[in-house]
Amino acid sequence: MRPEEIIDPRRLRGLSPWRLKRSIFLGFKSIWMRKLRSLLTALGIVFGVCSVISMLAIGEGASYEAQQQIKDLGSQNIILQSVKPSNTSTAGEQTRSLVLEYGLTYRDLGQIQQTVPGVNVVVPNRRVKDFVWFRSNSVDATAVGTVSWYPKMRNRDIVAGRFFSEIEGIRTDPVCILTEKLAKQLFPLHSPVGKTVRMRTSYFRVIGIIEDQVDATQIEEGGGAGAIEASSGEGMEMFVPISVLKDHFGEVLFKYRSGSFEAEKVDLHEVTVQVESPDDVVAAAKAIQTILEKNHNKQDYKVTVPLELLQRAERTKQIFNIVLGSIAAISLIVGGIGIMNIMLATVTERTREIGIRRALGARKNDIVLQFLIETILLSGIGGLIGVGLGIAVPQVISHFAEMKTIIHIWAPTIAFSISVLIGVVFGIYPALRAAAMSPVEALRHE
Amino acid sequence: MPDADHSPKPTIIELRDVEKHYQMGDHLLKALNGINLKIYAGDYISILGPSGGGKSTLLNVLGCLDQPTVGTYLLEGHDVSVMNDDDLSRVRGKRLGFIFQSYNLIQSLDVLENIEVPMFYRGVSEKDSREVAAHLAERVGLGHRMHHKPTELSGGQQQRVAIARALANDPAVILADEATGNLDSKSGGDILQIFDELNAEGKTLIMITHDEGMADRTPRVIRLKDGQIVVDERKELKPTVATT
Repeated sequence: MRPEEIIDPRRLRGLSPWRLKRSIFLGFKSIWMRKLRSLLTALGIVFGVCSVISMLAIGEGASYEAQQQIKDLGSQNIILQSVKPSNTSTAGEQTRSLVLEYGLTYRDLGQIQQTVPGVNVVVPNRRVKDFVWFRSNSVDATAVGTVSWYPKMRNRDIVAGRFFSEIEGIRTDPVCILTEKLAKQLFPLHSPVGKTVRMRTSYFRVIGIIEDQVDATQIEEGGGAGAIEASSGEGMEMFVPISVLKDHFGEVLFKYRSGSFEAEKVDLHEVTVQVESPDDVVAAAKAIQTILEKNHNKQDYKVTVPLELLQRAERTKQIFNIVLGSIAAISLIVGGIGIMNIMLATVTERTREIGIRRALGARKNDIVLQFLIETILLSGIGGLIGVGLGIAVPQVISHFAEMKTIIHIWAPTIAFSISVLIGVVFGIYPALRAAAMSPVEALRHE
Repeated sequence: MPDADHSPKPTIIELRDVEKHYQMGDHLLKALNGINLKIYAGDYISILGPSGGGKSTLLNVLGCLDQPTVGTYLLEGHDVSVMNDDDLSRVRGKRLGFIFQSYNLIQSLDVLENIEVPMFYRGVSEKDSREVAAHLAERVGLGHRMHHKPTELSGGQQQRVAIARALANDPAVILADEATGNLDSKSGGDILQIFDELNAEGKTLIMITHDEGMADRTPRVIRLKDGQIVVDERKELKPTVATT
C-alpha cells in the first residue's frame, strides 16, 4: 500500500501525447460507429465551408478580371473621350448645320499639354467606322488613327508582326495593325500579315496583329465587377497612323446608314494622357476637367481615370466580401447549432457510458475533453470535406461557365480553421453538460 | 452493537458515524443512519439487507461515487469525505475496483480496451496497459476473446471482463454490486469462484447481495436495515474457500 499515490497529481495528470492520441482515436471510432448520423450532422459545416470557398473564388476571379482590364488602361493614365451629345441639347444651342461638330479638339490637347503639370506623354486617337474588306470578305470595324507608342501606353501586346513606327507615321505610310478578333474574322484561314485590306477607297498593308482588350472605360457606371457586355462590332479595330487616317478620310466624317446621312466633325475621339507618377493622377484629372469645362459649353466629353476605377472596384470587392462573409458566418453558425443539437442528444444517449467512465477514474475534465474532441473531429471532418468540395466546385464552374475563378490559399485555410473553431464553440456546452452529471445518477440511467 | 474481531491486519476502510440524507419532497430520508465500520486488508464481506435498507447507498459511499452527508470516511487513512471531485475520481480510478450487476462494459470497446479504461485514466503508458490488460484477460479465462465486443460475449464472460477491469489498477478494495444477479447459477458460480480466488490471493472484496447463499460463502457478513448495521459477524473460514 502506498497511500501517497492516491492523490499524486504529478504522475497522472496533464495531457500526455498518448492520452491525446487515444482520445482522438476514440473520437474517430465513435464517429465511425454512427457514420450516417455523423455525416448528416456535419453536412451543415460541409456546405457552409464549400460555399464560402467557392463564392470567394468566383468573386476573386470576377474582380481580378475587372481589375486586370482597368490596369490595362494604365494606372498612370487619364483617358479623355469624345461623346456625341444628345440631339435635344444640340438643337437649341448649335446653329443649324449639316455637320455636327463636337468632342475633344486639338486646342484642348494643346492646353492640357502646356498647362497641366506632370503630364508626360499624350496619345491622341481618331476613329472612323466603316467596313473593312479583304477580297469579298467584309467586317464592320473601326479604323483607329493613333501614334506609335499607343500599345505601350495601353498595355497591349503585339501578337504577330509589329506596330507601326514613328517614321511610318511621318511618311504617312498606309500600314495597319488588326486586333486578333478582326484578324480572325477577316482572315479565317491564313495569317493576315503582309496582306492588304481596304476601307472605303483606301488600301492598307497589314503589318501586325495586336491583342484584344475589353474596353474597361465602359465599366464606369455599371460598377459591377467584370460585367462588361461586348456588343457586336466591338473590338473590331484596325490601327493606322493618325496622319494616315486624316489624309485618307479627312476632317469631316460621313456616315451613311440605312437611308439617312450624317456628317460629324470630331478632332479627336480619344486622348490618353499619361502622368509622371500615380500620385498626381487625381490632381491632373481635376485640372484637365477644369480646362475642358471652360472650352466646352456642353458635355461632349468624358474623362475616365483608371486609378479611380480601380479604387472603386476595390471598394466594391470589399463590400462584396463583407456580404459574403456574413452569409458564410450565418451558414456556419447554423451548421454549428446542428452539431450542438446532435451532441446534446449523444450526451444523453451515452449517459451510462459517462457514468462508467467516471466510476473508473475519469475526471470531469476527461469527459469534457472526450466530447469536445468528438465535436471538433466532427466539424473538422466536415470542414475538410467542405474544403475539398469548395476547391472542386469552382473548377467545375470555370470549366462549364468559362468564368475565371481564383482560390487563394488563405480561403480554404480560414474556412477550415473556422469550422474547427465552431466545433470548439458549439462543443463546449454539451461537453460540460456531460461532465456535470453525477456519477451515481449517470450509472443508474437506462 | 456487534463488532468484528480486533484483526491484526491493517485497516483499509473506516466509517465513523456516517449518515447519508436525501430530501424527498418535504421529509428527510436518512438512507444511512450512523454507520460505524472498519474493513481490514484481505476481508471478504457480504453486505445483505432488504431493499431500501441502504445497501446501494452504502456501496456508493464506499465507492466514492457519493459523499456522506455527515461523518467521516477514511480510505487507507485519507479522509475521503472532504475530497474534491477530481481527487475522488483519482481515488476511484486507483484504489477501487467496481463490478456491477449489469456488467457496465462500454459497448463500443473490445475486451482489451474495456480492461484498459481505468489504466487510461490513471495515465499508464500504452504499452504497459496493453500488457497488463492481456494478462488480466488471460487471468479471467478470456485470452481467446480479447478482441471481441461485449455484445459478442455471454453474460458470464462479460462479467469476467468487468472483473479484469476492476483489477486493472491493482485496487485496495473491490466492490461488487449484485455481481451474479443477472447470471444463471453456473456462470454465477464461476464468478464467485474467481472472487474466492482473489480473496485467497489477499484481495479485499465487498459484495452487496440479497442472496442468502452468499452469506455462507464469505467469512464476514454485514446486515443492514433502515440505514443501520444490525449484524456484523465473522465466521470460521469454510474449507471450500481454502482449497484454492
